[in-house]
Amino acid sequence: MANTELLRRVTEAQLKSDRPDIEPGDTVRVHYRIEEGGKTRVQVFEGVVIAIRGGGIDRTFTVRKDSFGIGVERIFPYHSPHIEQIEISQRAKVRRAKLYYLRELRGRAARLKPRDRFHSTKKTAKG
Amino acid sequence: MALGLLAKKIGMTRVFDENGRIRPVTILKAGPCRVLRHRTVDVDGYSAVQLGFEVVRPDRISKPMRGVFQSLGTDTYRHVAEFRAEGELPEVGAELGPDLFEKGALVNVRARTRGRGFAGVQKRHGFGGGRASHGSNFHRAPGSIGTASTPGHVKKGRKLPGQYGNKYRTIRNLVVVDVMPEEQLLLVEGGVPGAPNTLVRIEMAG
Repeated sequence: MANTELLRRVTEAQLKSDRPDIEPGDTVRVHYRIEEGGKTRVQVFEGVVIAIRGGGIDRTFTVRKDSFGIGVERIFPYHSPHIEQIEISQRAKVRRAKLYYLRELRGRAARLKPRDRFHSTKKTAKG
Repeated sequence: MALGLLAKKIGMTRVFDENGRIRPVTILKAGPCRVLRHRTVDVDGYSAVQLGFEVVRPDRISKPMRGVFQSLGTDTYRHVAEFRAEGELPEVGAELGPDLFEKGALVNVRARTRGRGFAGVQKRHGFGGGRASHGSNFHRAPGSIGTASTPGHVKKGRKLPGQYGNKYRTIRNLVVVDVMPEEQLLLVEGGVPGAPNTLVRIEMAG
Protein backbone atom coordinates (compact mmCIF):
# COMPACT_ATOMS: atom_id res chain seq x y z
CA MET A 1 0.00 0.00 0.00
CA ALA A 2 1.20 3.44 -0.81
CA ASN A 3 2.87 5.31 2.02
CA THR A 4 0.59 8.32 1.73
CA GLU A 5 -2.42 6.05 2.03
CA LEU A 6 -1.00 4.53 5.22
CA LEU A 7 -0.28 7.99 6.63
CA ARG A 8 -3.87 8.99 5.97
CA ARG A 9 -5.21 5.87 7.68
CA VAL A 10 -3.22 6.53 10.83
CA THR A 11 -4.69 9.97 11.28
CA GLU A 12 -8.19 9.73 9.84
CA ALA A 13 -9.73 8.36 13.04
CA GLN A 14 -8.70 11.54 14.83
CA LEU A 15 -10.27 13.93 12.35
CA LYS A 16 -13.37 15.67 13.66
CA SER A 17 -16.18 15.56 11.16
CA ASP A 18 -18.43 17.83 13.20
CA ARG A 19 -16.35 20.97 12.79
CA PRO A 20 -17.98 23.81 10.86
CA ASP A 21 -16.40 24.98 7.60
CA ILE A 22 -14.61 28.10 8.71
CA GLU A 23 -13.15 30.58 6.26
CA PRO A 24 -10.75 33.49 6.50
CA GLY A 25 -12.70 36.54 7.64
CA ASP A 26 -15.09 34.61 9.85
CA THR A 27 -15.52 35.84 13.37
CA VAL A 28 -15.50 32.72 15.52
CA ARG A 29 -15.91 31.74 19.12
CA VAL A 30 -13.59 28.83 19.92
CA HIS A 31 -14.59 26.87 22.99
CA TYR A 32 -11.28 25.48 24.19
CA ARG A 33 -10.95 23.06 27.09
CA ILE A 34 -8.18 23.93 29.50
CA GLU A 35 -6.80 21.72 32.23
CA GLU A 36 -5.23 23.45 35.19
CA GLY A 37 -4.69 22.27 38.73
CA GLY A 38 -6.54 19.02 38.08
CA LYS A 39 -9.65 20.88 36.98
CA THR A 40 -10.92 21.39 33.47
CA ARG A 41 -12.84 24.39 32.28
CA VAL A 42 -13.81 25.79 28.93
CA GLN A 43 -12.42 29.07 27.73
CA VAL A 44 -13.85 30.98 24.81
CA PHE A 45 -11.49 32.73 22.44
CA GLU A 46 -13.35 35.06 20.11
CA GLY A 47 -11.79 36.75 17.12
CA VAL A 48 -11.29 36.83 13.39
CA VAL A 49 -9.88 33.88 11.46
CA ILE A 50 -6.94 35.39 9.61
CA ALA A 51 -5.32 32.23 8.25
CA ILE A 52 -6.03 28.58 7.63
CA ARG A 53 -3.22 26.28 6.69
CA GLY A 54 -2.49 22.59 6.27
CA GLY A 55 -4.71 19.67 5.40
CA GLY A 56 -5.91 16.60 7.23
CA ILE A 57 -4.65 16.41 10.77
CA ASP A 58 -2.12 19.17 10.10
CA ARG A 59 -4.84 21.76 9.54
CA THR A 60 -4.60 24.77 11.83
CA PHE A 61 -6.28 28.14 11.92
CA THR A 62 -5.17 31.45 13.38
CA VAL A 63 -7.62 33.57 15.32
CA ARG A 64 -6.83 37.21 15.98
CA LYS A 65 -8.55 39.39 18.49
CA ASP A 66 -8.03 42.77 20.00
CA SER A 67 -7.65 42.55 23.74
CA PHE A 68 -7.71 45.99 25.38
CA GLY A 69 -5.81 47.49 22.49
CA ILE A 70 -3.30 44.66 22.22
CA GLY A 71 -3.59 42.30 19.28
CA VAL A 72 -3.63 38.67 20.39
CA GLU A 73 -3.33 35.77 18.00
CA ARG A 74 -3.81 32.15 18.75
CA ILE A 75 -3.20 29.16 16.49
CA PHE A 76 -5.54 26.22 17.00
CA PRO A 77 -5.20 22.75 15.50
CA TYR A 78 -8.51 22.38 13.65
CA HIS A 79 -8.97 18.80 14.84
CA SER A 80 -7.75 19.31 18.41
CA PRO A 81 -9.79 17.28 20.91
CA HIS A 82 -9.52 20.25 23.26
CA ILE A 83 -11.83 22.25 21.01
CA GLU A 84 -15.36 21.56 22.17
CA GLN A 85 -17.10 23.78 19.70
CA ILE A 86 -16.46 26.43 17.08
CA GLU A 87 -19.22 28.98 16.61
CA ILE A 88 -19.27 31.26 13.62
CA SER A 89 -20.78 34.53 14.71
CA GLN A 90 -20.14 36.57 11.59
CA ARG A 91 -18.77 36.11 8.10
CA ALA A 92 -17.09 38.84 6.13
CA LYS A 93 -16.33 39.55 2.53
CA VAL A 94 -12.58 39.20 2.11
CA ARG A 95 -10.44 39.04 -1.00
CA ARG A 96 -7.48 37.03 0.15
CA ALA A 97 -6.78 33.80 1.99
CA LYS A 98 -4.38 35.22 4.57
CA LEU A 99 -5.54 38.38 6.33
CA TYR A 100 -2.17 39.34 7.76
CA TYR A 101 -2.77 42.95 6.73
CA LEU A 102 -5.15 43.25 9.68
CA ARG A 103 -2.11 43.29 11.94
CA GLU A 104 -1.22 46.72 10.63
CA LEU A 105 -4.70 48.12 11.17
CA ARG A 106 -6.32 49.40 14.35
CA GLY A 107 -9.83 50.21 15.42
CA ARG A 108 -12.35 51.04 12.74
CA ALA A 109 -9.90 50.35 9.93
CA ALA A 110 -9.53 46.78 11.09
CA ARG A 111 -13.21 46.06 10.64
CA LEU A 112 -14.31 43.71 7.87
CA LYS A 113 -17.39 44.18 5.76
CA PRO A 114 -19.98 41.56 6.76
CA ARG A 115 -21.25 39.29 4.07
CA ASP A 116 -24.87 39.73 3.07
CA ARG A 117 -27.44 37.16 4.01
CA PHE A 118 -25.31 35.34 6.48
CA HIS A 119 -27.07 33.51 9.26
CA SER A 120 -25.13 33.02 12.44
CA THR A 121 -24.56 29.45 13.54
CA LYS A 122 -24.54 30.61 17.13
CA LYS A 123 -27.89 29.12 18.03
CA THR A 124 -27.75 25.99 15.92
CA ALA A 125 -24.15 24.76 15.78
CA LYS A 126 -23.26 22.01 18.19
CA GLY A 127 -19.90 20.43 18.36
CA MET B 1 20.45 -6.53 22.24
CA ALA B 2 16.96 -7.85 22.52
CA LEU B 3 14.21 -9.24 20.44
CA GLY B 4 13.06 -6.87 17.74
CA LEU B 5 11.65 -6.49 14.28
CA LEU B 6 12.56 -5.34 10.83
CA ALA B 7 10.43 -2.50 9.53
CA LYS B 8 10.05 -0.02 6.76
CA LYS B 9 9.85 3.71 7.38
CA ILE B 10 6.59 5.10 6.01
CA GLY B 11 6.81 8.75 7.00
CA MET B 12 5.97 11.25 9.68
CA THR B 13 2.77 12.86 10.84
CA ARG B 14 1.24 13.98 14.09
CA VAL B 15 -1.32 12.44 16.38
CA PHE B 16 -3.24 13.66 19.39
CA ASP B 17 -2.57 11.61 22.53
CA GLU B 18 -5.00 10.80 25.37
CA ASN B 19 -4.41 14.24 26.86
CA GLY B 20 -5.19 15.91 23.57
CA ARG B 21 -1.60 16.97 23.08
CA ILE B 22 0.07 16.76 19.70
CA ARG B 23 2.88 14.28 19.38
CA PRO B 24 5.11 14.05 16.32
CA VAL B 25 5.35 10.43 15.22
CA THR B 26 7.16 8.32 12.67
CA ILE B 27 5.10 5.54 11.17
CA LEU B 28 6.89 2.24 10.68
CA LYS B 29 5.52 -0.76 8.85
CA ALA B 30 6.83 -3.33 11.33
CA GLY B 31 6.20 -6.74 9.93
CA PRO B 32 5.12 -9.27 9.17
CA CYS B 33 8.47 -10.76 10.14
CA ARG B 34 8.80 -14.55 9.86
CA VAL B 35 11.02 -16.47 12.26
CA LEU B 36 13.34 -18.39 9.92
CA ARG B 37 15.47 -20.23 12.45
CA HIS B 38 16.98 -20.13 15.89
CA ARG B 39 20.58 -19.70 16.85
CA THR B 40 21.37 -21.69 19.95
CA VAL B 41 24.25 -21.65 22.35
CA ASP B 42 24.88 -25.35 21.74
CA VAL B 43 25.14 -25.11 17.96
CA ASP B 44 26.09 -21.51 17.24
CA GLY B 45 27.60 -20.29 20.49
CA TYR B 46 24.90 -17.66 21.03
CA SER B 47 21.16 -17.42 21.31
CA ALA B 48 19.17 -15.50 18.70
CA VAL B 49 16.31 -15.60 16.24
CA GLN B 50 16.68 -14.99 12.55
CA LEU B 51 13.87 -13.01 10.95
CA GLY B 52 12.85 -12.54 7.33
CA PHE B 53 11.00 -9.43 6.17
CA GLU B 54 9.22 -8.77 2.86
CA VAL B 55 8.63 -11.79 0.67
CA VAL B 56 10.04 -11.36 -2.82
CA ARG B 57 10.22 -13.40 -6.00
CA PRO B 58 13.18 -15.82 -5.86
CA ASP B 59 14.79 -14.24 -8.91
CA ARG B 60 15.06 -10.91 -7.07
CA ILE B 61 17.65 -12.16 -4.60
CA SER B 62 21.11 -13.60 -4.95
CA LYS B 63 21.64 -17.23 -5.79
CA PRO B 64 23.47 -17.94 -2.51
CA MET B 65 20.53 -16.49 -0.56
CA ARG B 66 18.15 -18.56 -2.66
CA GLY B 67 20.08 -21.62 -1.50
CA VAL B 68 19.71 -20.57 2.12
CA PHE B 69 15.94 -20.25 1.82
CA GLN B 70 15.74 -23.53 -0.05
CA SER B 71 17.51 -25.41 2.71
CA LEU B 72 15.26 -23.72 5.28
CA GLY B 73 12.23 -24.59 3.17
CA THR B 74 10.72 -21.10 3.52
CA ASP B 75 9.63 -18.28 1.27
CA THR B 76 12.32 -16.00 -0.08
CA TYR B 77 12.71 -12.74 1.81
CA ARG B 78 14.30 -9.50 0.77
CA HIS B 79 15.71 -8.79 4.22
CA VAL B 80 17.10 -11.14 6.85
CA ALA B 81 18.44 -10.17 10.25
CA GLU B 82 19.25 -11.76 13.56
CA PHE B 83 18.14 -10.54 16.95
CA ARG B 84 19.85 -11.75 20.08
CA ALA B 85 17.37 -13.13 22.57
CA GLU B 86 17.65 -15.33 25.61
CA GLY B 87 15.15 -17.72 27.14
CA GLU B 88 11.96 -18.60 25.38
CA LEU B 89 12.18 -17.79 21.69
CA PRO B 90 9.22 -17.42 19.33
CA GLU B 91 8.74 -20.63 17.35
CA VAL B 92 10.30 -21.12 13.96
CA GLY B 93 7.69 -20.17 11.38
CA ALA B 94 5.93 -17.76 13.73
CA GLU B 95 4.91 -14.42 12.34
CA LEU B 96 5.94 -11.38 14.39
CA GLY B 97 4.30 -8.00 14.06
CA PRO B 98 4.20 -4.65 15.80
CA ASP B 99 2.23 -6.16 18.70
CA LEU B 100 5.60 -7.44 19.90
CA PHE B 101 5.85 -3.99 21.48
CA GLU B 102 3.47 -2.43 23.93
CA LYS B 103 2.16 1.06 23.82
CA GLY B 104 4.42 3.23 25.94
CA ALA B 105 7.44 0.92 25.64
CA LEU B 106 10.87 2.28 24.77
CA VAL B 107 12.61 1.09 21.60
CA ASN B 108 15.89 1.66 19.86
CA VAL B 109 15.72 2.10 16.10
CA ARG B 110 18.60 1.71 13.71
CA ALA B 111 18.59 2.71 10.07
CA ARG B 112 20.71 4.12 7.32
CA THR B 113 20.62 7.91 7.18
CA ARG B 114 19.87 9.79 3.99
CA GLY B 115 22.95 9.84 1.79
CA ARG B 116 24.17 13.33 0.97
CA GLY B 117 27.22 12.23 -1.01
CA PHE B 118 30.56 14.01 -0.77
CA ALA B 119 29.46 17.07 1.17
CA GLY B 120 31.30 20.27 1.96
CA VAL B 121 32.07 21.57 5.35
CA GLN B 122 28.98 23.78 5.70
CA LYS B 123 26.48 21.01 5.10
CA ARG B 124 28.49 18.32 6.85
CA HIS B 125 29.73 20.14 9.92
CA GLY B 126 27.69 23.32 10.04
CA PHE B 127 30.57 25.70 9.38
CA GLY B 128 29.58 29.32 8.96
CA GLY B 129 31.27 30.16 5.68
CA GLY B 130 31.93 33.59 4.30
CA ARG B 131 30.04 36.40 2.60
CA ALA B 132 28.45 35.82 -0.78
CA SER B 133 29.26 39.25 -2.18
CA HIS B 134 31.06 42.52 -1.56
CA GLY B 135 34.30 41.21 -3.01
CA SER B 136 34.50 38.29 -0.64
CA ASN B 137 36.77 35.60 -1.96
CA PHE B 138 35.75 33.28 0.84
CA HIS B 139 32.44 31.51 0.30
CA ARG B 140 31.98 27.88 1.34
CA ALA B 141 35.60 26.81 1.80
CA PRO B 142 36.78 25.29 5.09
CA GLY B 143 39.38 28.03 5.73
CA SER B 144 42.50 27.38 7.70
CA ILE B 145 42.99 23.74 8.66
CA GLY B 146 45.88 24.24 11.03
CA THR B 147 49.23 25.87 11.70
CA ALA B 148 52.36 25.72 9.48
CA SER B 149 55.68 23.99 10.19
CA THR B 150 54.75 23.43 13.83
CA PRO B 151 53.49 20.72 13.96
CA GLY B 152 53.77 20.38 10.16
CA HIS B 153 50.70 18.24 9.69
CA VAL B 154 46.95 18.54 9.96
CA LYS B 155 45.59 17.43 13.31
CA LYS B 156 43.70 14.16 13.31
CA GLY B 157 39.96 14.55 13.53
CA ARG B 158 39.99 17.87 11.65
CA LYS B 159 36.50 18.52 10.24
CA LEU B 160 36.80 18.46 6.47
CA PRO B 161 34.59 17.68 3.45
CA GLY B 162 33.76 14.05 2.83
CA GLN B 163 31.02 11.45 2.64
CA TYR B 164 27.99 12.56 4.62
CA GLY B 165 25.06 10.31 5.44
CA ASN B 166 24.29 6.83 4.14
CA LYS B 167 25.56 5.55 7.44
CA TYR B 168 23.82 3.47 10.09
CA ARG B 169 22.64 5.49 13.05
CA THR B 170 20.78 4.33 16.14
CA ILE B 171 18.22 6.47 17.92
CA ARG B 172 17.69 5.21 21.44
CA ASN B 173 14.67 5.23 23.73
CA LEU B 174 11.92 6.31 21.36
CA VAL B 175 8.47 5.97 22.89
CA VAL B 176 5.97 3.67 21.20
CA VAL B 177 2.95 5.94 20.83
CA ASP B 178 0.60 3.45 19.21
CA VAL B 179 0.46 -0.07 17.86
CA MET B 180 -1.84 -0.92 14.97
CA PRO B 181 -1.58 -4.69 14.45
CA GLU B 182 -4.27 -4.86 11.75
CA GLU B 183 -2.22 -2.54 9.56
CA GLN B 184 1.14 -3.86 10.80
CA LEU B 185 2.02 -0.33 11.86
CA LEU B 186 4.02 0.98 14.77
CA LEU B 187 4.05 4.65 15.74
CA VAL B 188 7.12 5.94 17.54
CA GLU B 189 7.56 9.44 18.86
CA GLY B 190 10.08 11.57 17.03
CA GLY B 191 12.24 11.08 13.98
CA VAL B 192 13.87 7.97 12.58
CA PRO B 193 16.96 8.06 10.34
CA GLY B 194 16.62 7.70 6.61
CA ALA B 195 14.18 8.51 3.85
CA PRO B 196 10.76 6.86 3.51
CA ASN B 197 11.01 3.18 2.50
CA THR B 198 14.26 2.80 4.41
CA LEU B 199 14.76 -0.51 6.19
CA VAL B 200 14.63 0.04 9.94
CA ARG B 201 15.74 -2.27 12.71
CA ILE B 202 13.64 -1.95 15.87
CA GLU B 203 14.73 -3.41 19.19
CA MET B 204 13.47 -3.17 22.70
CA ALA B 205 15.47 -0.56 24.55
CA GLY B 206 17.58 -1.29 27.59
